[in-house]
Amino acid sequence: MDNLVEIDNLSFSRGERKIYDGISLTIPKGKIIAVMGPSGIGKTTLLKLIGGQLRPDSGDIRFKGQSIPSMSRSALFTARREMSMLFQSGALFTDMSVFDNVAFPLREHAHLPESLIRTIVLLKLQAVGLRGAANLMPAELSGGMARRAALARSIALDPELIMYDEPFAGQDPISMGVLVKLIKELNDALNLTSIVVTHDVTEVLTIADYIYILAEQKIIGEGTADEIKQSQSALVQQFLQGKADGPVPFHFKANELKEDLMEKHVG
Amino acid sequence: MVSWLADVGAGTLNKLRAIGRATQILWGAVVAKPQPIKHFPLVIKQMHVVGVKSLSIIVVSGLFIGMVMALQGYTILVDYGAEGSLGPMVALSLLRELGPVVTALLFAGRAGSALTAEIGLMKATEQLSSLEMMAVDPLRRIIAPRLWAGLISMPMLAIIFSAVGIIGGHLVGVDWLGVDAGSYWSIMQATVEWEEDVVNGVIKSIVFAFVVTWISVFKGYDAVPTSEGISKATTETVVYSSLAVLGLDFVLTALMFGI
Amino acid sequence: MASRKIELMVGLFVVIAFAATMMLAMKVANQGMSGNGDTYQLLAKFDNIGGLKPRSAVKVGGVTIGRVEKIFLDPDDYTPVVELAIFKEYNEFPETSSVSILTSGLLGEQYIGFQPGFTFDGIEMLKEGDYIEDTKSALVLEDLIGQFLFSRDND
Repeated sequence: MDNLVEIDNLSFSRGERKIYDGISLTIPKGKIIAVMGPSGIGKTTLLKLIGGQLRPDSGDIRFKGQSIPSMSRSALFTARREMSMLFQSGALFTDMSVFDNVAFPLREHAHLPESLIRTIVLLKLQAVGLRGAANLMPAELSGGMARRAALARSIALDPELIMYDEPFAGQDPISMGVLVKLIKELNDALNLTSIVVTHDVTEVLTIADYIYILAEQKIIGEGTADEIKQSQSALVQQFLQGKADGPVPFHFKANELKEDLMEKHVG
Repeated sequence: MVSWLADVGAGTLNKLRAIGRATQILWGAVVAKPQPIKHFPLVIKQMHVVGVKSLSIIVVSGLFIGMVMALQGYTILVDYGAEGSLGPMVALSLLRELGPVVTALLFAGRAGSALTAEIGLMKATEQLSSLEMMAVDPLRRIIAPRLWAGLISMPMLAIIFSAVGIIGGHLVGVDWLGVDAGSYWSIMQATVEWEEDVVNGVIKSIVFAFVVTWISVFKGYDAVPTSEGISKATTETVVYSSLAVLGLDFVLTALMFGI
Repeated sequence: MASRKIELMVGLFVVIAFAATMMLAMKVANQGMSGNGDTYQLLAKFDNIGGLKPRSAVKVGGVTIGRVEKIFLDPDDYTPVVELAIFKEYNEFPETSSVSILTSGLLGEQYIGFQPGFTFDGIEMLKEGDYIEDTKSALVLEDLIGQFLFSRDND
């Protein structure tokens, strides 16, 4: 099979607010796919939909050919063992050391002797360069280190799919460089498929095989890094170049300023 | 008028929905698929958090409440020459009422609020979502051990509270005010019934433990994952738990000791 | 290891709770010290049992020898019958023994005072299910006051 994840005509709304309106995209095996878009358009929601934590209003999401929304809870749990997600905050368990955090999925799912678990954990920590920090508590780590520790945890069970939720947000340039390198290396070394959700354009363009740009409930642009850079869409160009105003307005939807001010005087 | 009615309706629906969610959590955590052996170490760990760490406040409060009751009781009983009945008075009040109720209130403030805040923060920092994505059910991994630990620990704390309170009553009544030690214990023994008083008190405590722990974990799990949401959930845990304990205490007392 | 210490603390917690339970059982509720041993049943008819309740004590000279098991009305003559459970170790009471309902102190609980009778030839010992013939009813305060006023009027 070529595509690990296929999303068909997906619609999702949260309360009254429509987040996706009939989007379709495919995630081919072994590639790094970037999903970009301005903040607050529900990029994280997309990952939660793929992970089955949310159910779409309509449309279908297939993981290895099986429909996620129609899975039973236990089937979903089985499917989730083959995917993993790196949360924006890292989401390390604060009451365990880094070592125990990485060992956690192994202890829960793989019935291995403790000596083997130790070996695997140290190898995973080595891969993210944190073997020396194995005995630290998450509170003692910097943001970038916490994210790398969480990355080690996400690859502990050797998943097929790994989803990164804003991996670069709030990182200093060095940590960012380290993370970019790690995502690329892990993807190639472990034969993973990666979905990177982000709004950091320059970083992700260097590693992504294919890029989707989301805005206003739709996919407004897609293609390889070069194709995206050449895109004629004003919306895409505004996003890539970071212009303050353009098709995506600087102002949140509002009445005319004059009207609002007048109203205040009347009130 | 119509809008007022609508508000009442909406409020009721919200409450019912919350009860539904709370029941779902309880079902998922305890009833659906308990794994006692695998989760036993987790229950032990949580018993340390909610039980052992509450021990000091329970012992100190129990001691002082027993002492105060002896002091108050003595000043009243001595007028009737009935200070010998101090023993049963202290013991019965502790075993039937103060032991289970005060322990539950202290537990809600000390351990319940901590449970809510901890689970709420786990939600806010995406730890619960992350468990889900690791194909680990947070209801079973996080909620169930905490529920069990609370359910086991609180009755134990209530028993310790009563025992320490009776000793506190002895300290003040016998050692300080000079009530005869023999009559303190013997009249207590003659009056206090094992099933009627001690066992009923423990049953009360088990009910309170269930309700308080349930409210605590539910409020944490259901919290809006922001700072205000967690602080609101923590407050609600203490308020709802206390109200539930006092209300249930009346019902249980009426059932157990009423006519 | 840290978890070892936690296990130790929890173990200690359980031990303390167990000790507290034992204290409540032994020292407070007096469970298992009396009433645990084997008993035999005696019956006694009273005209009036006053405030006697099941589990009230049965005492000989202040020593508890048993408890009131249950109280019911004789279906034939509608007088109260009290069933006493007496500890097996006190099984040598003659049938001339008497029981009376007494009150401990002015406001205290009511209990049964057991007066062992004299033994001589032809007198048997009380055994399971026997009636104690010689009984004195509870003193009811209102009756006492009534008698007192009545006897004053006669003067």
